[in-house]
Amino acid sequence: MSEHIVYPRVYVTIFLALLVGTGVTAWVAFYNFPGPLNAVVALTIAVIKATLVILYFMHVRYGPRLIALIIAAALFWMAILFALTISDYSTRAWLPVT
Amino acid sequence: MPEGLATTHEHATAHRALQHHFENMEQQREAGTLGMWVFLVTEIMFFGGMFLAYTLYRYKYPEAFAVASNHLDIRLGGINTAVLIVSSFTMAMAVFSTQVGKRRNSIIFLLMTIALGLTFLGIKTIEYYDKYRDSLIPGTLIPGHPFNPNPHELHLPPGMPVGNVELFYWIYFAMTGMHALHMIIGMGILTVITILAVRRRFSPEYYAPVEISGLYWHFVDIVWIFLFPLLYLLGRHLAGHLG
Repeated sequence: MSEHIVYPRVYVTIFLALLVGTGVTAWVAFYNFPGPLNAVVALTIAVIKATLVILYFMHVRYGPRLIALIIAAALFWMAILFALTISDYSTRAWLPVT
Repeated sequence: MPEGLATTHEHATAHRALQHHFENMEQQREAGTLGMWVFLVTEIMFFGGMFLAYTLYRYKYPEAFAVASNHLDIRLGGINTAVLIVSSFTMAMAVFSTQVGKRRNSIIFLLMTIALGLTFLGIKTIEYYDKYRDSLIPGTLIPGHPFNPNPHELHLPPGMPVGNVELFYWIYFAMTGMHALHMIIGMGILTVITILAVRRRFSPEYYAPVEISGLYWHFVDIVWIFLFPLLYLLGRHLAGHLG
């Protein structure tokens, strides 16, 4: 069997990192950062946690590159969904109402 | 070797679970994993659409969303987040235990994962019931109990359109409801996997179904990792109460 076996020590480390990340997210949520930074901080922590789950719990770090490509494709399509829709809505006010 | 020869030395000793169109168990496992990942891509797009709706309306009605979000119970939401993270850990351990042939451990970890999933759904039920009791179920989903927030309990500033607050709860119920549906399906899958594990179906050579079920379960965890800060935490820096 050529499948890489991920040992529990790795899982425990990632698990603790996820718990710490959750605590930090909740704690930091009560601080008033300037401008949109609250959302940026919360989403950054969430992206880090999701990345840890994908790389280690879901074995993507140890798996074939094709899987990583598939995930990149999903993020690419979601990026198109968000970018084009948000650019439409956020520029509605630019056009004069006739 | 001429085509159509039915038995070869390799096929005579092939694993019970090896399908005829695969060369070996490893290739079969990789193909199955790839299939699950492609399905998870469709799930990413599915939830992505709802996250997009949240994004657009949050930026259109920031005050209403912050006020509505602050009324969610951050303790229950936080506990649920921790519950799901632990369940992802136990799921990963269940896969590991199967890979190294520790059948009893794998069954224990699978049962723990299911139990944690039930805990999550139980806490969700409590949250949903609280919304029902406070008349925060949007629209006319509950006949005779229309959306009717108490301005004092929700700390609604004077003049805030109730419809914008209701919109947050539409998105809250749609996203957490769809997430809960995925959890229920996941627990059904894990129940089947547990039964198969009890029946000694899995081994270090054949653990693909456990791993693939784990992929689904981790995905549901990732969705909640994003739902928690976006739904529960977005306005805490403005008002700072626990809901």
